[in-house]
Amino acid sequence: MLLRYLFILLVIIPTKAFALIEVDITRGNLNPLPVAVSPLSIDDKSKENFKKILKKEDLGSEISIVVENNLRQSGLFNPLNKDAFLQEPDVANLKPRFEDWNLIKAQALVTGKVTFVDEKLRVEFRLWDVLAGKEMMALAFTTVPSNWRRVGHIITDKVYERLTGEKGYFDTRIIYVSEEGPKTRRIKKLAIMDQDGFNNKYLTLGNELVLTPRFSPTNQMVTYLSYFRNLPRVYLLDIETGMQEVVGDFPGMTFAPRFSPDGKKIIMSFAKDGNSDIYTMDLENRIVERITNHPSIDTSPSYSPDGKRITFNSDRSGYQQIYVMDSNGKNVKRISFGNGLYGTPVWSPRGDLIAFTKLHKGKFYIGVMRTDGTGARLLTENFYQEAPSWSPNGRVLIFYRETKTNSKGEGFTAKLWSIDLTGYNEKMVETETDASDPSWSSLLGN
Amino acid sequence: MNLSKILKNAFLIILASLVLTACATKKTSTTGQMQGDTYTGTDTVKELAKGVPDRVFFATNETVLTTASRETLRKQAGWLRKNSDINVILEGHADERGTREYNLALGERRANSAKDYLMTYGISSDRISVLSYGKERPVDSGSSPLAWSKNRRSVTVKAN
Repeated sequence: MLLRYLFILLVIIPTKAFALIEVDITRGNLNPLPVAVSPLSIDDKSKENFKKILKKEDLGSEISIVVENNLRQSGLFNPLNKDAFLQEPDVANLKPRFEDWNLIKAQALVTGKVTFVDEKLRVEFRLWDVLAGKEMMALAFTTVPSNWRRVGHIITDKVYERLTGEKGYFDTRIIYVSEEGPKTRRIKKLAIMDQDGFNNKYLTLGNELVLTPRFSPTNQMVTYLSYFRNLPRVYLLDIETGMQEVVGDFPGMTFAPRFSPDGKKIIMSFAKDGNSDIYTMDLENRIVERITNHPSIDTSPSYSPDGKRITFNSDRSGYQQIYVMDSNGKNVKRISFGNGLYGTPVWSPRGDLIAFTKLHKGKFYIGVMRTDGTGARLLTENFYQEAPSWSPNGRVLIFYRETKTNSKGEGFTAKLWSIDLTGYNEKMVETETDASDPSWSSLLGN
Repeated sequence: MNLSKILKNAFLIILASLVLTACATKKTSTTGQMQGDTYTGTDTVKELAKGVPDRVFFATNETVLTTASRETLRKQAGWLRKNSDINVILEGHADERGTREYNLALGERRANSAKDYLMTYGISSDRISVLSYGKERPVDSGSSPLAWSKNRRSVTVKAN
């Protein structure tokens, strides 16, 4: 929905690819890069106008705070305290005095300017290499003023991409299940928020149990499980219109839905007579195809990004383990062989890894392995956690964690957490209520 | 062999946990309420009619009916034969120690295991529907083996 009226004018002023600074994201964030994010400069008239529309005292400063928080949360950057900045925002944006920024140990500098033009928000920003004394990038956007947070996210994506060489994941949203009430009678609603927790919205009222929402590749649709009329079925929800429809006409429970990478199919499990198998339904012609046919539980399917293969979990070996097969169900191969149980496999958007949940000796782990099952690494251990979802650049995983209750059965919480693929930078993602089943969108504007 | 080693370890773990819980709560020994890790107590059990318990319990990751479960289901079948106008929903549940989606499938399998048994005692499948809640509706909010054993269940509920 935001997509439609995010009207971005990109003016790319080419600068020479000359970077001394580069952030290596393949290792842990032991030395986050010191970055100075200058408040974006803003003239008095624009300031007045934005104050009227958005109730923000200084929009230039507000946008820079969005960028700063994003960079800090990534764990790869260390945004410096603004109190130490010596140069005024407007002067810095024209030509930074690199000695001043060098003095406070900034290696990269972000500057910019915010103006109110024809009822629109115009933002230009520049990224500077302080040590080399060069401009690395300059961009300008024009959009509706209400999109100001997204502008901050897009700037972060550009900075991240320029400095790490990989796409960012900041102009994205998370869909999840909001949870309230006692553990025995949880009230669950679908909710959606920006990646940094802002602009939270509830998409259902909590009248029926809802589980496992997942975005379509274009982020306009969500597929999820609803217990509407006590019939657990896979549904589709159009986020823009709020229209909901049941997926297919199955004589029993359908669950564990995900979109195919082209967005044309839903893959899910259908349970009948004590057996769960994997099916797909084509959203255009409504043709249902059976993908697995085995008396064991086959569920949690996830496509490879090229759509040619599917990973899923099955207990056909006697215990829950992870398998990979062709998209037509042929060539089923088990890929998890470690001790314990393995579930919830999700194919990385880069195609090279599968993230999973492992249960071993009463502990739950989130881990990743190559698609042939080799190179398994466990990233985090806890009392209970599961259901990883990848950031669109395949660098970060978001999942949910539940706490152990005390001897009286009190103290239950469910929260979203994220962790870097390296196993570093594990942190809780703040939500208004308890939360579970997160699903990360793709980049919104691109 | 490997299997006997696993079984031996599992037995030791169960034994250890029983000893530990026994130490932790001296008054209410869980040994009287669990056999293996299947719940055998009655505190969450309601009655569909006098002498007809409404639920059966399962071991971790299991869908096999125990001797006690089969006895409960035979009583339910008898009651259903006498009350041919009553239809039932079998609600299958799992404990919180499994992934959400797998547990939905497991709950469905448990409820069907109870349904199959009722059918072998002459109850028509038309009268029985099955609904899995996975781990979404525990009866005991505890995080202990005893609480989990109460939550691994299939509950027979009147549909009309």
